[in-house]
Amino acid sequence: MTPTMPETGNGFEARHIGPREDDIQAMLARLGCENLDEFIEEAMPNSVRSSGELNIGEPRSEAEALAELRELARGNRVLRSLIGMGYHGTLTPSVIARNVLENPGWYTQYTPYQAEIAQGRLELLFHFQTLISDLTGLPIANASLLDEGTAAAEAMYLAWGAARGKRQRFHVTGDCHPQTLAVIQTRAEALGIEVVIGPGEATLDESYFGALWQNPSTDGVVRDLTAQIELAHSAGAMAIVATDPLAMVLMQSPGSMGADVAIGSTQRLGVPMGYGGPHAAFMAVGEEHKRKIPGRIVGQSRDANGKPAYRLALQTREQHIRREKATSNICTSQVLLAIVAVLYAIYHGPEGLARIARAIHRRTRLLARGLEAIGIRRVSETPFFDSLHLATTLEEQSEYLVKAEQAGFNLRAYDDGTLGINLDETINDEDLRHLLGIFAGNDRTLPALEMLESSMPTGLPESFERRDAILHHEAFSSYRSEHELTRYLKRLEQRDLSLTTSMIPLGSCTMKLNPTSAMLPISWPEFKDLHPFAPTAQTKGYRELFKQLESWLCSVTGFAACSLQPNAGSQGEYTGLLTIRAWHHSRGDAHRDICLIPGSAHGTNPASATVAGFKVVAVKNNEKGDIDLEDLEAKATANADALGAIMITYPSTQGVFEKTARRVCEIVHAHGGLVYLDGANMNAQVGLCTPGGLDADVCHLNLHKTFAIPHGGGGPGVGPICVNARLAPFLPGHPLVKCGGEQAGGPVSAAPWGSASILPISWMYIRMMGSAGLRRASQVAVLNANYMISRLEEAYHIFYRGKNGRVAHEFIIDLRPFKKSAAIEPDDVAKRLMDYGFHAPTMSWPIPGTLMVEPTESESRAELDRFCEAMLAIREEIRAIEEGRADREDNPLKHAPHTAELVTADTWDRAYTRSEAAWPAPWLREHKYWPPVARVDNAWGDRNLLCTCGAVEDYTE
Amino acid sequence: MALLFTESHEWVDAEGTSRRAGITDFAQGQLGDIVFAECVVDMDEEVAQGDEVCVIESCKATASVYAPCAGKIVGFNSTLEDSPEKVNASPTGDGWLFEIEPTDPDAITLMDEATYAKHCEEA
Repeated sequence: MTPTMPETGNGFEARHIGPREDDIQAMLARLGCENLDEFIEEAMPNSVRSSGELNIGEPRSEAEALAELRELARGNRVLRSLIGMGYHGTLTPSVIARNVLENPGWYTQYTPYQAEIAQGRLELLFHFQTLISDLTGLPIANASLLDEGTAAAEAMYLAWGAARGKRQRFHVTGDCHPQTLAVIQTRAEALGIEVVIGPGEATLDESYFGALWQNPSTDGVVRDLTAQIELAHSAGAMAIVATDPLAMVLMQSPGSMGADVAIGSTQRLGVPMGYGGPHAAFMAVGEEHKRKIPGRIVGQSRDANGKPAYRLALQTREQHIRREKATSNICTSQVLLAIVAVLYAIYHGPEGLARIARAIHRRTRLLARGLEAIGIRRVSETPFFDSLHLATTLEEQSEYLVKAEQAGFNLRAYDDGTLGINLDETINDEDLRHLLGIFAGNDRTLPALEMLESSMPTGLPESFERRDAILHHEAFSSYRSEHELTRYLKRLEQRDLSLTTSMIPLGSCTMKLNPTSAMLPISWPEFKDLHPFAPTAQTKGYRELFKQLESWLCSVTGFAACSLQPNAGSQGEYTGLLTIRAWHHSRGDAHRDICLIPGSAHGTNPASATVAGFKVVAVKNNEKGDIDLEDLEAKATANADALGAIMITYPSTQGVFEKTARRVCEIVHAHGGLVYLDGANMNAQVGLCTPGGLDADVCHLNLHKTFAIPHGGGGPGVGPICVNARLAPFLPGHPLVKCGGEQAGGPVSAAPWGSASILPISWMYIRMMGSAGLRRASQVAVLNANYMISRLEEAYHIFYRGKNGRVAHEFIIDLRPFKKSAAIEPDDVAKRLMDYGFHAPTMSWPIPGTLMVEPTESESRAELDRFCEAMLAIREEIRAIEEGRADREDNPLKHAPHTAELVTADTWDRAYTRSEAAWPAPWLREHKYWPPVARVDNAWGDRNLLCTCGAVEDYTE
Repeated sequence: MALLFTESHEWVDAEGTSRRAGITDFAQGQLGDIVFAECVVDMDEEVAQGDEVCVIESCKATASVYAPCAGKIVGFNSTLEDSPEKVNASPTGDGWLFEIEPTDPDAITLMDEATYAKHCEEA
């Protein structure tokens, strides 16, 4: 046997790529090919293949890459940032950091569409909704949104939709966070909404569909909004309040003040600032808006045995079903971060949260009193929670900023010379003395805290205080000891199927390895503890990392410039379309607002186009699944005057390298439009062909697919865009930090570099793979898919093959015939795979009645074989039904999945055996994953929506 | 009472001033378990043939229900708010969706039951 380890580096590539060298040879032989290059030539049309090399260079070993990144990290200086503006220091309980954030059992899970094998995180997301609902005083909460800025924009979109386009003005109070306002303005501009900025007491007339207040305001002012909200309502406008989770613990909830919608960020509930993200934002609404709220909602339903079970509810609101009519384009949310936030609440409980909030509030009052004693006045004597706005002059400001930095603190510097200080839970009395010391000066005596205590200002007047109890559900009181919490976390983790269990062959989702070495750096203080608006001089390491990553991504895509700001794939689509829009506008072509989208496109595409202000015109696919060129030509010609863009996916959503991709670009360009390429399937392209080479103008990349960032059980995602030279000037900017193109549009995310703290994961992955490794990864991804076909094609009809009968990196299994022959639906096969220990492939997309399989390069041949054997065994189970050997209703597929409780019960009255139910394959005797619940009843759950937990007694019937 | 059918799988009463309308048994079978139904036009609003009148949702799909003829929408089956499953159980009975007063009853050209059955077979 020949050695299987490559000579370069320590062979991270060989850790990342699943099949060993001899496996690859055997797989190639089975497909009748000599080597990988020849195989790719067979699979990929010559016209799309790129000749150029990636410019990423030689691979680094895991240790080398970590050392190099350490050097970069040293360029970041970690100070205590008391800047506020929606980002706060926080203490992540170690038990949560170690057992969840740093645990592949939690971070490698997929989005919980397959509810039966996602009960653990669905339970926590359900509690997250309870937390948000309790805090905001509104009954329906989602789980979750991308950041506070986009949550505010989503809230505006909801209110706009509720007015059915009959009103076009939206009021925002001037003292909301500047980045929130800017994200709202970006969104509004594309939709033709007029944003009016004014005082909190503004009088609205009937041209307004909604208004947004920030409470506490960005300057820290706490208000009772009841009267203003009433006024807004009397004008028929919806009232939206952006708020803070810890402030809400102490102060009246937005719901109790009459708000229709509350939004905000849960970052300060134990999620590090991470130089801007990722964190989970939230939205809560009144009952009447439950079908209009964007994002995921977890509902409680029941399983086939009548036991309670969680699931994603009301999915028809979402883009994957409702396409351009969806309530939002949001897809991936921030599951992992929402889980950390709710665990923080579970860890502390209601009394703990109140203690933390009170401590912050007390110290803010002490600080206010101390500063007053020193002679520093506040801008106004208004109620506050954790922020003080100080009336300093420009000279004083610069003096105090220098002293603060020397003492290890960043303060908020307003343009007018005033200063802001925001306290968080990490600040103790000793810190408070240091803070007062900054202002005391040499000639002034530092007041003793004890002396100040008796004469503190009130802060929150009694009438503002919260009166109702929160978090009385037992989940928030049962796991206070570390043993209890650790065991609870393990119990939940074991209910879920993650990549630590088996392959997750999700078509179009690229569930590849999330390398441990790449995950380590996100826990480094230099990456996790920076405030997004920290002074530039403190963030040199990050800047250098961004520069390198951007240049690598440009190399991968064949484009000129990159923006790392979009913090999800859907956001990347939206951003890319905005750059196209800006380009048309810059040429006086503002009327070019038609976006062509193939019928086979993912639902997010039309939803994003709508959010970006485009009108969607569908283009047909031909019987091979390719874009129908005749129809495209016809639609492009018919809309030539208004054609703005086309959105295509490459390889196509059917997993085929279409030969005609270049021709598609040519037709659209000839009619004045630009080409947006959806990067969902980039994993088949890296190092082999480029979107730029195909003549597209812009693409987004899903770093959480192609570049090894974990899915986190449904987020975080990162969706940077790469553009060619003509679109480069229009990359998004930011009101507070210089970034983006020369004619940058407004921001699409709250933070300038979106989810900055997880970008080191993709940096590590790319660095460790090097140019050749990345190319090889794509080759093996394509090989793995084609190998699986060779094992399955006799048993199943495989849809859409491209050149030489080959597919790209994924393929579609046709299950439609079984509906007639055996009364078997895709759901039955998907749930039966759970009994075999697997997560189902993508179901009924892009074609109803099918499964789409994407193995990725990271799966070994043994794992591919195991999955194929499961599929072959299931085919035999179907055959038994077809041939009348098994009952059409009472069979293991229809009753799948089977829980341990069921198959070990004293009674068993099925027409098949217990062994057939639970042990259908030999390897299961070695390692069995038990689905924790039986099949979940979706209809019952949607008809009886329950999405927060009440007190325990509510359940006892 | 005789029913008339559209190609997009709506039915409407063949007679009367104010006529009930809904989706066909074939359509409810395609959609699966209906979990929600709402009327998206105001009462007494005039609609053209083919305008969206209702939206119904199953767990996995959402469907628009169109006006089978031009007319005024005069009623919505509000019992569906609490029991949308009626659309599955009795699509042309208790699971009716809305009532319409045709603008010109004589101008309605829709399929009869036999023609519609053939239409479904071909679908």
